[in-house]
Amino acid sequence: MSSRNERSWATGWFPAALVAMCVLSAVPVRAQTPDPAAQAMREELTRLRQEFEALKQQNAALEARLAALETTAPAAAPPAAPAQAAPAVPLPTEAAVPAGATGAGGPGGSLPVYGGANLSSKVFNPDMAVIGNVVGAAGKNDVQPSPGIRFDEAEVSFQSVVDPYARADFFLGFSPEGVSLEEGYITFTALPAGLLMKVGEMYPQFGKINTQHTHALSWVDRPLVATNFFGEDGQFHDAGVSVSKLLLNPWLFLEATGEVFSGNSSVFESHEPDQLTYAGRLRGYRDLSDAANLDIGTSVAYGHNDVGISYATTLAGVDATFRYRPLARAIYRRFLARTELMWSRRGQEDGNANAFGFYANGDYQLARRWFASVRFDYAERPGAPSLADKGVSAVVTYWPSEFSQIRGQYRRTRYAQQVTANEFLFQFQFSIGAHGAHVF
Amino acid sequence: MMAMAPPARAAIKVVATTEDLAALVQEVGGDRVQVEALARGYQDPHFVEPKPSFILKLHGADLLVVVGRELEIGWLPPLITQARNSRIQQSGDRYLDASLTAHILEIPTGEITRAMGDVHPLGNPHYWLSPDNGRLIARAIQKKLSEIAPTDAAYFAQRYADFDRRLADAEKRWTAAMAPYKGLKVVTYHRSWPNFTDGFGLDVIGYVEPKPGIPPSPSHTLELIQEMKRQQVKIIIMEPYFDSKTPDAIARDTGARVIVLAPSVGGQKEATDYFKLFEYDVNTLITAIKETGAK
Repeated sequence: MSSRNERSWATGWFPAALVAMCVLSAVPVRAQTPDPAAQAMREELTRLRQEFEALKQQNAALEARLAALETTAPAAAPPAAPAQAAPAVPLPTEAAVPAGATGAGGPGGSLPVYGGANLSSKVFNPDMAVIGNVVGAAGKNDVQPSPGIRFDEAEVSFQSVVDPYARADFFLGFSPEGVSLEEGYITFTALPAGLLMKVGEMYPQFGKINTQHTHALSWVDRPLVATNFFGEDGQFHDAGVSVSKLLLNPWLFLEATGEVFSGNSSVFESHEPDQLTYAGRLRGYRDLSDAANLDIGTSVAYGHNDVGISYATTLAGVDATFRYRPLARAIYRRFLARTELMWSRRGQEDGNANAFGFYANGDYQLARRWFASVRFDYAERPGAPSLADKGVSAVVTYWPSEFSQIRGQYRRTRYAQQVTANEFLFQFQFSIGAHGAHVF
Repeated sequence: MMAMAPPARAAIKVVATTEDLAALVQEVGGDRVQVEALARGYQDPHFVEPKPSFILKLHGADLLVVVGRELEIGWLPPLITQARNSRIQQSGDRYLDASLTAHILEIPTGEITRAMGDVHPLGNPHYWLSPDNGRLIARAIQKKLSEIAPTDAAYFAQRYADFDRRLADAEKRWTAAMAPYKGLKVVTYHRSWPNFTDGFGLDVIGYVEPKPGIPPSPSHTLELIQEMKRQQVKIIIMEPYFDSKTPDAIARDTGARVIVLAPSVGGQKEATDYFKLFEYDVNTLITAIKETGAK
């Protein structure tokens, strides 16, 4: 009898049932070939379910609190309230771990591994971006020769919200010469009375060009007035505090900014701790139409300089920008005309040296990916105003996408020592990561 | 800190990033709100200039309503930072992201890189183009307005109910009008129509852009023309802020028709509110379908 049973186990219904089970269990696997729309729906449903559960618990918690407050004897714990309502803060929901994610399949879904990609602490990581800038030059320049090609700088940025009251922005420059902190400041966004305050290392708001990051320029280089007045980088930055206030009125956007810095930068030098750099700016802006607008500002900066302890430099500037960008064709056509005039009064041993410089620039977008610019430069040298450099540039830029640019610039410079340089500059700029938009 | 309710009869000043949100705020808020939109309906909402005049609007706002899903990421954050208005900061109680309760399509799964073009990692942000989502957005607005002005909660509730009813009636008409063309194959310029096409049963078989945010290229255009001929596609849907040169060339080659629909309230002059937006789009579509004999 036992041998008959053994035989039926091996040959009868059992193997057929086994095969049937395998076939049936294979079917759901095939049907699970991902269908993106259904997958999105499922994820949406899961998310909604979680939110609903969270809301239910929150509601229960709030009702418990209400009940507790209404009774005069707080010691009498509300017994009717559900057990999980006891804490005042709603319990965190249990996240259903999506199939395929780390930890799926464990009992109730196990937690992500420390150091893993899904760790929730990474959700607070700042926006990070790296913008590379490779420049080169061909042609003859005996006064300020440039290498045939060089990696100018990578701007690395870290930007994020600090807390409900402030955000922080860090901009580092990585170049073959080293790393520099260009800007690193906290911005208090929740101050009253129309105030905005920044504290940290930053570019003083002198004119327009000093605060423009290299990747936001429409030329390979910076205007002569910037390199003559601010130092060879064409910008100056310092550690300090900047407070700006909206001056509300019915006619235009009016903003006044006052800044105080430590006094050491490529323009100024502080010989004593109380020798600071002061800067101020008044900016007015008005829409002329949906497409056109005008932006005018005036700036001043004062601080001691490298001549000596009792010598100071004052900078003053006026800037004007006209923009035209028809809204319905905004991605194809725009025009910008900008000029900045600057004056420098530099205290020197033989008296004050007064220098003047300016640039006038026009940018035009020819097509979705093509931009052209023309710029005129004139700049006296702050230390020796009788020496003046002049220049003219024509630039064409191609944008394969929003995230990279290829640029060619013809630059003719007539230096003060009667030397003329004709150069062709080129530039490749490319960015990865999330870089926030800059101030208009 | 308690949220200060505005005095009894002062209208709530609302700033919305797009005219669609502004239209929905107007529907729910009625005369208790004064609403303005930053972006115009006929401009590309990804590329709005962060003008200082917008800072002034945000500074005086009691409520900011945004589309979210990174649609405004290229221009709105510096405006909010400079607005000097603590309540409309993203963490504040007067910042409303309309996408949080809406049905979002095309949420990518798997790896995302910019090799795929200008992709939206949080899903397609043009979600207002669906009456269902219109309802969900309006509901979120109603809740937020009721928080700001609790004494008017009943008014907002009544206005929402009225909007809901009118929308349900209108939706029946639009669905009925589009029903004969269910499954119709179309091509769109940019990937900004999934909610609309899903809702009205259209099948988007290709895009004029080779990838989102990348302008048309000759090789992709050729492929698209061949595909359109193979599938007998007669309709190309375009937004008013794109250049019609390539779509026109495609239309000439395939015998298709280019129609410029309104992607937003204000996107065409007839689309003056949320209802007229769909009226214009549905009617223009149906007229073009009939004239081209598309199936």
